[in-house]
Amino acid sequence: MSATVADTHAEHEHHGPVAGWRRWLYATNHKDIGTMYLILSLIMFFVGGVMALIIRTELFSPGLQFVNPAFFNQMTTMHALIMVFGAVMPAFVGLANWMVPLMIGAPDMALPRMNNWSFWILPVAFAMLASTLFMPGGAPASGWTMYPPLVLQTGDAFPFLIFSVHLLGISSIMGAINIIVTIVNMRAPDMSLLKMPMFVWTWLITAYLLLAVMPVLAGAVTMLLTDQFFGTSFFLAAGGGDPVMFQHIFWFFGHPEVYIMILPAFGVVSEIIPTFSRKPLFGHDSMVYAASSIAFLSFIVWAHHMFTTGMPLTGQLFFMFATMLIAVPTGVKVFNWTATMWRGAMSFETPMLFALAFLFLFTIGGFSGLMLAIVPADIQYHDSYFVVAHFHYVLVPGSVFAVMAAVYYWMPKWTGHYYDERMGKLHFWLSTIFVNVTFFPMHFLGLAGMPRRIPDYSTQFADFNSIASIGAIGFGLSQLLFAYNVIQCVRKKGSTATDAVWDQPQGLEWTVPSPAPYHTFETPPTSSVKTTFS
Amino acid sequence: MRDTKQPKNDDSKSLAGRLVFLAVAMFGFGFLLVPIYDAFCEITGLGGKTNSIAATEVATEVEQDREINLEFVTTVNQYAPWEFHSQVKEMTVHPGGMYEAIFIARNLTDEVKIAQAVPSVAPQIAAKHFRKLECFCFTSQEFAPGEEKEMPVRFIVDSDLPDYIDTITLSYTFFDTARITDNSAVEHGTSHVTR
Ligand SMILES: [Cu+2]
Repeated sequence: MSATVADTHAEHEHHGPVAGWRRWLYATNHKDIGTMYLILSLIMFFVGGVMALIIRTELFSPGLQFVNPAFFNQMTTMHALIMVFGAVMPAFVGLANWMVPLMIGAPDMALPRMNNWSFWILPVAFAMLASTLFMPGGAPASGWTMYPPLVLQTGDAFPFLIFSVHLLGISSIMGAINIIVTIVNMRAPDMSLLKMPMFVWTWLITAYLLLAVMPVLAGAVTMLLTDQFFGTSFFLAAGGGDPVMFQHIFWFFGHPEVYIMILPAFGVVSEIIPTFSRKPLFGHDSMVYAASSIAFLSFIVWAHHMFTTGMPLTGQLFFMFATMLIAVPTGVKVFNWTATMWRGAMSFETPMLFALAFLFLFTIGGFSGLMLAIVPADIQYHDSYFVVAHFHYVLVPGSVFAVMAAVYYWMPKWTGHYYDERMGKLHFWLSTIFVNVTFFPMHFLGLAGMPRRIPDYSTQFADFNSIASIGAIGFGLSQLLFAYNVIQCVRKKGSTATDAVWDQPQGLEWTVPSPAPYHTFETPPTSSVKTTFS
Repeated sequence: MRDTKQPKNDDSKSLAGRLVFLAVAMFGFGFLLVPIYDAFCEITGLGGKTNSIAATEVATEVEQDREINLEFVTTVNQYAPWEFHSQVKEMTVHPGGMYEAIFIARNLTDEVKIAQAVPSVAPQIAAKHFRKLECFCFTSQEFAPGEEKEMPVRFIVDSDLPDYIDTITLSYTFFDTARITDNSAVEHGTSHVTR
């Protein structure tokens, strides 16, 4: 591996990338791989989005209109798998690939060959997953949580589901290893751990979470596989196993997984808010400790997904209070972001608007999460649309908005050109309005008792469902603007970006030219800490 | 530049190696959760699982003035071609006393079938106080075509049962063991099989 780094550099030192498809298939350059991750993520975002629109079209009015219930269930399952593993996670890995070396003054990722593998496994995994739609019995329809015994009733798609989860896990693990090694070993000489930018910090923590829980998910789905084909009874009651145990193992992965999807978002927002407030991040170190505490706590709260499976009172109390405890470090973060803006010279470019919307709307999702943590309330809300509203608030105006903020924020550095600010703002306002039109009514639906994962519902839920469906279609169409903005920027349609891009932003990534050259920081930067704010 | 990077690449390799080890260890940990889970349930009595082998009879005093309402629930797994019910829907028992309940099952097919009944007790905390001395669930049961069987369970509800519990539900689910391939009994925790 070490030889590879040297070779690639020797080879390309004075040239750009190799021409043609080889550049991408054999890519080892962190910028190329980051770009591929981001493109894959954008494609998957639209694929998963079309599935969401199929779901919302069916739910526009009561009764069965467009799809049969089996296909509806396939859509909810595939929508979740694709959005979680195809859109959100690769987007953040792509951002890490592009930005972590630039932010720590490293010439590339530490393990470029492995980086290539961890990307190229993904298209294979998603091709395999998508192929299940055309198999006898259809795609997996058990929900992305894959609870047995239901998931064992999946048709021919079952082993393909398991293997694609394995591949996604392997890809994430390799990506995580690469990010950790890069951050630990390749920082600029004078960049101590606590001087690292927040995006780098949150990714370091995220990478450890990935390493700790993706293998557990792989283990859980392997047990499903052996239960189905090799006669084990891990989760089969008849053979002495216990289906509830799957839920324990799954959520031991599943809860840290939600922080895998939000911690890098915290990092992005922690970069953007200081830039557009023209102040350093308030409480940098406390942000690090808060993110670490969230990561630690994420391992001891999993059973809050299982309050209705039957649990002794002490267990319910423990998981309830541990869950609520997470609100403390999260509150520290929200407080620090707000304090960063306090008396700042704020301006509201598109990345800042997305970051601010993140701040408000993610917090709403956090609050509904607290409500769900309350055991007696959860027994009421469980498996209702309230849960759907909750996790979409933390994932869409949470993670997805942070990704969009990051793309608008760093895209001028990537392409050397600004996006069209007016179009960016239009995209922002349409997204923000429609995301609320889509998901806010779902709170009311859930409180009124509408269950999730159903293609038909009783008529009293009709109005709010129509509103949510209209919002979803509006949100979906608004994202075409996002694609348009990105494409225009990549085609260099906007005005030329300066090296600093924004008004005196902090961080090493702004010291390299725009667009960032194919090779950067081949000699480590002399001073890693820029303090232009005063 | 290459000189300064050389030692770092060795560091990278060894760090990457340690991280791979961590990932492999966590994969193992996922499987370790299985025995941990079983041990946890066994020690705490959570999960509603009752004893899988006959409990020894201990002479305890029968608490004549305490009455526990015992309800029976029978379920047939969707793949199992059986008729299965209890002789009585519920009975009243005194802690410490020994009782017998009869369950009746009939093979609805014209083939020989092997059934496994899996018991569960609610509330879960009562499971470890529900001591079966004899149960048709300890072993799998063979049914001739169309055969009907009366199957007893003899049990004691021990007097350590927490005071606040006045109703216990005993549930049996009837499975067709053909659904579980034969080696399951050998492969995955033999202790499980006859629970
Ligand atoms: Cu959770």
